[in-house]
Amino acid sequence: MTKVYVSSVIPASADRVWAVLRDFNGLPNWHPAIANSRIEDRRPADKVGSVRNFHTQDGGNIRERLLMLSDYDYTCSYAILTSPMGVENYVATLKVTPITDGNRAFVEWSAEFDCDPAREQELIQTIGTGVFQGGFDALKERFAS
Amino acid sequence: MVTVRRSTVVDAPLAEVWALLRDFNEHEDWHPAVAESRIEGNRAGDEVGCVRRFSLQDGSVLREQLLALSDAEPGYTYCILDSPLPLYNYVAQVRLKHVTDGKRTFWEWRSTFQTPPGRESDLAALVGRDIYEAGFRAVRRRLAKRNESAGPRIIRAAEAPTAPSAVRQAGLEGEGIVVAQLGGPEVLTRRGIEAPPPGPGEIRIRQEAIGVNFIDVYCRTGYFPLIEAGGIPGVEAAGRIVDVGPGVQGLASGDRVAYACMPPGAYASVRTLSAELVVPLPDGIESRTAAAALLKGMTAEFLLHRVHPLAAGETVLVHAAAGGAGHLICQWARAKGATVIGAVGDPKKAALARRSGAVEVITGQEDLAERVMAVTQGRGADVIFDGIGGANLERSFAALAVKGHIVSFGQASGALEPFDVAALAGKSARLSRPNYAHYAGSAAEVAQMSGNLFSALESGRLHVHIGLELPLREAGRAHERLESRQTQGCVVLLSGGKDSI
Repeated sequence: MTKVYVSSVIPASADRVWAVLRDFNGLPNWHPAIANSRIEDRRPADKVGSVRNFHTQDGGNIRERLLMLSDYDYTCSYAILTSPMGVENYVATLKVTPITDGNRAFVEWSAEFDCDPAREQELIQTIGTGVFQGGFDALKERFAS
Repeated sequence: MVTVRRSTVVDAPLAEVWALLRDFNEHEDWHPAVAESRIEGNRAGDEVGCVRRFSLQDGSVLREQLLALSDAEPGYTYCILDSPLPLYNYVAQVRLKHVTDGKRTFWEWRSTFQTPPGRESDLAALVGRDIYEAGFRAVRRRLAKRNESAGPRIIRAAEAPTAPSAVRQAGLEGEGIVVAQLGGPEVLTRRGIEAPPPGPGEIRIRQEAIGVNFIDVYCRTGYFPLIEAGGIPGVEAAGRIVDVGPGVQGLASGDRVAYACMPPGAYASVRTLSAELVVPLPDGIESRTAAAALLKGMTAEFLLHRVHPLAAGETVLVHAAAGGAGHLICQWARAKGATVIGAVGDPKKAALARRSGAVEVITGQEDLAERVMAVTQGRGADVIFDGIGGANLERSFAALAVKGHIVSFGQASGALEPFDVAALAGKSARLSRPNYAHYAGSAAEVAQMSGNLFSALESGRLHVHIGLELPLREAGRAHERLESRQTQGCVVLLSGGKDSI
């Protein structure tokens, strides 16, 4: 099992950051690597069990199922159903936590998956730096005043 | 169930923060509220189940048990076993996380507990502010290579920034009075200082007037270990906000504010401190009045309303009736309809005590009990306010009425001498030893007490007598006069030039 963990500080309240991240169909609205997204079977984006079907900017198609959504803990988890990345048993969690001594939020994005050992470092790089950190960098810019 | 949650980001790698926090007994080393701590029963500080027994700066004792400790997900969980505060079923959790894009650490400190009805918000504020936020600040200070967020930082002339732009970025320059080494009034030394830009939750103040209190003398001599050599004493000041840090609500540049609280650091023309420590000043109250009377006036407020809710018709004996706190207690007690008897050390001080509402003034040479009994037709005083300490309790007890109340709130003449509690039965007497820090323990309490004080000042029920006013640089002279009992009313230091004088 391979683990990736990335965290950052976003210059906005946890409420505002969560409002952006909780939309399971909203990746293209804030993540620069995602081109488009839809929820399959016309389900609501916040229905646990919904599947998002999206394309990355380079044309890859990924389908992910929402496993958990908590407006109480500002956390969501999802699993990859199909993707061109070559990962199995991929489960990721995204979490927002308030930083009470300032108008900031602590964000964490982690994933666990199985893969071909020869590709492990490359995947850690792609997922950790490209997807997770890339997303956080975009969020930071979005909320920079 | 009350939940308190505070979190911050520390500019240091997780390993450094965890090394400091991990040992359950090491809070003695870094937390400013903790005076002494030890683990009971020869156990190690990282042994789950161990109990730390510690005393706070005010002398109260707590016991807490380590319930869980994890190096895998750095953090620990603990509960309170014994505490003087009514925090029931208190379980707290400290948790650290890496901020992976930058070598920083996210630190969360949270707890749940129950309180007596009505105490929820003030105890939640006290825990959040005095334990968690104060802990964050202390660790940040400890870890910072340069003491940037700790308040005014002393700079040597040689390294003082010269370019105006550099000054603006580095901090606001001013002057401060430091305790060069623990000792007499002569150790108070003027230095150039700078107040750093306000961080999250902080404000920066240009201070106009600074209150001088006996606690400053204890800081200077080391009687209370509140500052180290090179530190700045003083716990009370008033001035105007220069700028506010991120996240500060309800305060803005230009607002007039005052404070009376730990930590020391008030003897300065500029200061950066937590916004939660200050109260806004009404327009009708001058900075010098606020700096003179906030601590002493709030003391009078809680003594007469909370420690002993004074009823009209009661007879009150006030020791040091011409002192800073004493003359305000006299006035406020008189305004509430009490009969006030003042005791002063020096006959020269009798006039101020009389002006403050004392119908009788007893001077140091007279037999206190005899005079009080004579004035009260043999009954004695219903309540006695004693900020003198030393052996004064015995004298007070002799002057007390049956079922009377002695309130000992200070020790200007030295530590309290042992007092035989069993002797209280001779008069069914009550004895209180209140601590300002407890009555002004939360922002809500401070707001309420200072609000009552400000209305009493604005309505004219209270008048602050400032007996001595000196420029900040003459702090040493102010201490000399205070210690030699030559002052009457309040002592104030002025800073900031013409407009404040």
